[in-house]
Amino acid sequence: MGAASTMSDGTTAEPTALKRIPHDLAVALDPEEHDAHDRQWTPLKIIIWSVISLLGGLSWVMLAVVRGETVNAIWFVFAAICTYLIGYRFYSKFIEKHIVRPDDRRATPAEYKADGKDFAATDRRVLFGHHFAAIAGAGPLVGPVLAAQLGYLPGTIWIIVGVVLAGAVQDYLVLHFSMRRGGRSLGQMARDELGVIGGTAALIATLVIMVIIVAILALVVTNALAESPWGVFSVGMTIPIALFMGCYLRFFRPGKITEISIIGFVLLIAAIVGGGMVNGTEWGQTYLLLDKVTIAWGIIIYGFIAAILPVWLLLAPRDYLSTFMKIGTIGMLAVAIVIIRPEINVPAVSGFATTGTGPVVAGTLFPFLFVTIACGALSGFHALIASGTTPKLIQKERQTRFIGYGGMLMESLVAIMALVAALSIDRGIYFAMNASPALTGGTVQGAVAFVNGLGLTGVNLTPSMLTDMAANVGEESIVSRTGGAPTLAVGLSHIMQQLIGGTSMMSFWYHFAIMFEALFILTAVDAGTRVARFMLQDSLGNFFPKFKNTSWRPGAWAATAIMVAAWGAVLLMGVTDPLGGINTLFPLFGIANQLLAAIALAVCMAIVAKRGLFKYLWVVALPLGFASVVTISASFLKIFSTTPGIGYFAQNRAFANALAASETSFGTAPNVLAMEAVVRNTMVQGVLSIIFVVLSIIVILTAIQATLRAYRQRSNATSEDDAVQSQTYAPAGFIMTPPEKVLQAQWDALPVEKKIKVTGH
Amino acid sequence: MTLWAGVRTGARGVVWYLKGLLGEDAYEKYVAHHAATCETDAAGLDRAPHPLLTEREFWRDQTDRQDKNPQGRCC
Repeated sequence: MGAASTMSDGTTAEPTALKRIPHDLAVALDPEEHDAHDRQWTPLKIIIWSVISLLGGLSWVMLAVVRGETVNAIWFVFAAICTYLIGYRFYSKFIEKHIVRPDDRRATPAEYKADGKDFAATDRRVLFGHHFAAIAGAGPLVGPVLAAQLGYLPGTIWIIVGVVLAGAVQDYLVLHFSMRRGGRSLGQMARDELGVIGGTAALIATLVIMVIIVAILALVVTNALAESPWGVFSVGMTIPIALFMGCYLRFFRPGKITEISIIGFVLLIAAIVGGGMVNGTEWGQTYLLLDKVTIAWGIIIYGFIAAILPVWLLLAPRDYLSTFMKIGTIGMLAVAIVIIRPEINVPAVSGFATTGTGPVVAGTLFPFLFVTIACGALSGFHALIASGTTPKLIQKERQTRFIGYGGMLMESLVAIMALVAALSIDRGIYFAMNASPALTGGTVQGAVAFVNGLGLTGVNLTPSMLTDMAANVGEESIVSRTGGAPTLAVGLSHIMQQLIGGTSMMSFWYHFAIMFEALFILTAVDAGTRVARFMLQDSLGNFFPKFKNTSWRPGAWAATAIMVAAWGAVLLMGVTDPLGGINTLFPLFGIANQLLAAIALAVCMAIVAKRGLFKYLWVVALPLGFASVVTISASFLKIFSTTPGIGYFAQNRAFANALAASETSFGTAPNVLAMEAVVRNTMVQGVLSIIFVVLSIIVILTAIQATLRAYRQRSNATSEDDAVQSQTYAPAGFIMTPPEKVLQAQWDALPVEKKIKVTGH
Repeated sequence: MTLWAGVRTGARGVVWYLKGLLGEDAYEKYVAHHAATCETDAAGLDRAPHPLLTEREFWRDQTDRQDKNPQGRCC
């Protein structure tokens, strides 16, 4: 790598051979100068941060203390943004200074491994967008919607405080640690730090968790498309649109991604409008009005075909569409919430928080709030992204704070907006949509009777409210449309129609939102299946060497089929579950995601301990401890609780006993077949819970063991790659600080021929 | 005129950002990288020279690499 000076001794934490000025210009700011700027509190800076703190404090008072009839949505946005800014400016800097200790004299993998393809230095602002688009999916949109049954305050506090102290910390640390190791994956780092047992447990856990997550995301889409000809048509049309885009890029105009994305976006809008026309026709009602089981089978078949088709044909073009829609819709929703400022008429904390009898997701606030809202506060899945593509594209070490910590703060803001959208719709409608068909009977009358029977103050649902809303959004019915996506779509259309189009546009906005969620869920299903297939092939390859060769077609197809069968079985189980599906399966999704977070944080803790930074170990131990307590206690409740609504095995025993007593109906199961299904489903769910929790406990224990070993040995070793001298410079954050501006201006003035190996803009 | 120039700079910035976000600049980056490493080749350093891919070849190669090395999307 050019004039790189490689350290021979990789165990030294502070490489001394690195130069700040290897050639004409400095590749890093002088740390003294940097710190001086940070410590220099000018009057303007003091005023700005005082205003941020006061506004944030006021917003929290409005949310948590003042009890009016309603609370305005704008306070959620202010409370979130002000807290994020304070967390970013102070807490992430603290972590940077004491744990991460970036050194811009060191080249990043994008520089020393540069190949112009996989390893390519990318502008920090572009990479921020990239990373955000890769981590934000359906999770932060769905979880907060389901947790809204507990009232607005618990979810809000967990999303905002959780991200600052846990979620963003995890993303930041994993990203930085992976970057220091040449972009190694979480699984490889687990093996390096935790040994064979911990590493293998982490790998198996990741695979199982991936299957569960794909299955439940597919369940969300299934619930959104069932009995909806409009949704089936417009989401179905994304497949030919993506195929067209893929061929256009492959054969006609390679590389013209923006151009084809705009064409694709116009076609998508046409597909949504077309869906409205199809919805009114005879054949639309005959052929596209599909039940859940049919849709689920459709997604399973689609998932298999999509995962074996070449990437260029379907996955890559849909990725472009999904990025386009994601950034656009989230931006649009943010603007709409700020302009419309909806009033929210929901209690701060509802009775369900303590009784645990909420119809949406069963269980009390602790621990189930923290597993229902996973993405947006703390999401283990991000650790896979933060140890995947992003670390290979970072230009300078100091940028990991902006991209890792900052990117997660953005996702948290998305979760807050989803929460606001869900809270802004009428509470009666919210419960009618999110109570399972087992409770409402799936009819308007049943839903009205059920919701009014909940005895919620201020809720008075009438049949016309449900039928009017269904007609406005262009659906047959909105009763028991569980899964979160339809509720979010109603919330989004309710807000957007006040800005553009009025009631007549509601159906368009509703299906726009459904399309937006379905797009990236389908991409996640496809990509998740592919990743899981490679992981399976890698593991199978240890026993049957032929499987290691991933281009061996029969092996690839067999492994894909196994993975699709695995998530497909869970999906079908959820779709046909007499108890309702989402409310029994969603906790499993949250637990899986949080357990992955615990695994990622455990690996981070072992790394921090190995470097001898025991004084600051609490930064990792705190979120790790919290995630462990939450997920392990939630798992134990799911396994050992004697309340049938919560414990899988309690439910299993109740139905098995009823069958043994030769009863022909029990609880919400109308016949013996349904009762047998409950017995089977609860057994599978219970066993999955046991697998998760056992694997995670193994990983956490091995991490604690590694930490203690490091403490006894007074370790200051590192498993990082050797330090390589950097030859380039780039600023760290979104906005350049004055000292950064000075240095950047010098680099900009440098003649082109003197710039050494600057790849890309 | 200054307002017009400002609008143009702004629009160029948006296009640059969008292209970067969607990855449209990947080929430019690859060519730049190739040019930079060819220089070090000329300096006699140990690096096997490989021919510059054409734009069409590069994009094919890029999606084919994604086939062999899939990346998860988040939930």
